[in-house]
Amino acid sequence: MPILECKGLCKSYGSVRALDGVDITIESGRIVGLLGPNGSGKTTLIKLANGLLVPSGGRILVNGLAPGVESKKIISYLPERSCLPEWMNAEQLMGFYGDFYADFDRSAAEGMLARLSIDVKTRLKHLSKGNREKVQLIMVMARKAGLYLLDEPIGGVDPAARDFILNTIISNYNPTASVIISTHLIADVERVLDDVIFINQGKIVLASPADQLREQQGKSVDEVFREVFRC
Amino acid sequence: MEWKFNGGAPIYTQIVDAVKLAIVSGELPPGARLQGVRELALEAGVNPNTMQRALSELEREGLVYSVRTAGRYVTGDDAAIQEVRRELAGGYAAAFLTAMERLGMKKSEIIKLLEADKEE
Repeated sequence: MPILECKGLCKSYGSVRALDGVDITIESGRIVGLLGPNGSGKTTLIKLANGLLVPSGGRILVNGLAPGVESKKIISYLPERSCLPEWMNAEQLMGFYGDFYADFDRSAAEGMLARLSIDVKTRLKHLSKGNREKVQLIMVMARKAGLYLLDEPIGGVDPAARDFILNTIISNYNPTASVIISTHLIADVERVLDDVIFINQGKIVLASPADQLREQQGKSVDEVFREVFRC
Repeated sequence: MEWKFNGGAPIYTQIVDAVKLAIVSGELPPGARLQGVRELALEAGVNPNTMQRALSELEREGLVYSVRTAGRYVTGDDAAIQEVRRELAGGYAAAFLTAMERLGMKKSEIIKLLEADKEE
């Protein structure tokens, strides 16, 4: 059973069609890049998978189920904006995540925080923006989830932190979980991707294994993207 | 090992080539044990599936072999390693000649150039 399946998925905000007939199937064990320019529908798709939005048409299934309590148990979601209480420190957050999610692995989170020398006693609001983002990513990746939905995980951090994030994704990888990374910073992520999905104006323009795309086009995914989305 | 990837070619074929180079150059000597898929993927900064695919390809070509539960090893078959050396050398030679042709160099000029380089 696919971990994520969309059939004819549509979402409108008033008269604006954010998603327009999206068909996607994502199997377990894949790292997928959801790639598209700003306003292409990436975040809308991810929010639909999380049950934060309701489809205007079509359907979306997570592990065969409509988004709901059961799907939330297996999805670990990194929103594009911070959603954590700023008065908490990393230690409190670990308690918070541990209470909410049965699959939260506290020792994994502690290990990652230590590797980045983030003080677990410092409140989020006193951390730098980059470190706040890292803390949030660590909470998300420390879950043993079935599907990780990472909405722009590398947007606001420096290149060294990008490497850390990508390495965290690779090292937490397990063959039964899938990861969907939405981003427009393709050059940075393409080496970790199994599959790429190009989305534009609410429609899927291209879906392909990353290596197959490179082989067929003789170009990097980044170059193909620049061609498809030339302004 | 150092890992660098460039645009056009699939990443798994670039990994295959990098490992071949390491085997031919002796960086990975015959019988050497390779790290696990996950460690190699992390070291190269690539997807574990991609690394797995590259290792399977190397296995298919007979350059590495896996021992159940004990890991993967570089082949001890010297003939196979020499074959890869010729294959890689052929590839570099073809790329070199293409670049020289683009510069408008004649065969005799190229040979002269190579011999001059050797004497230095």
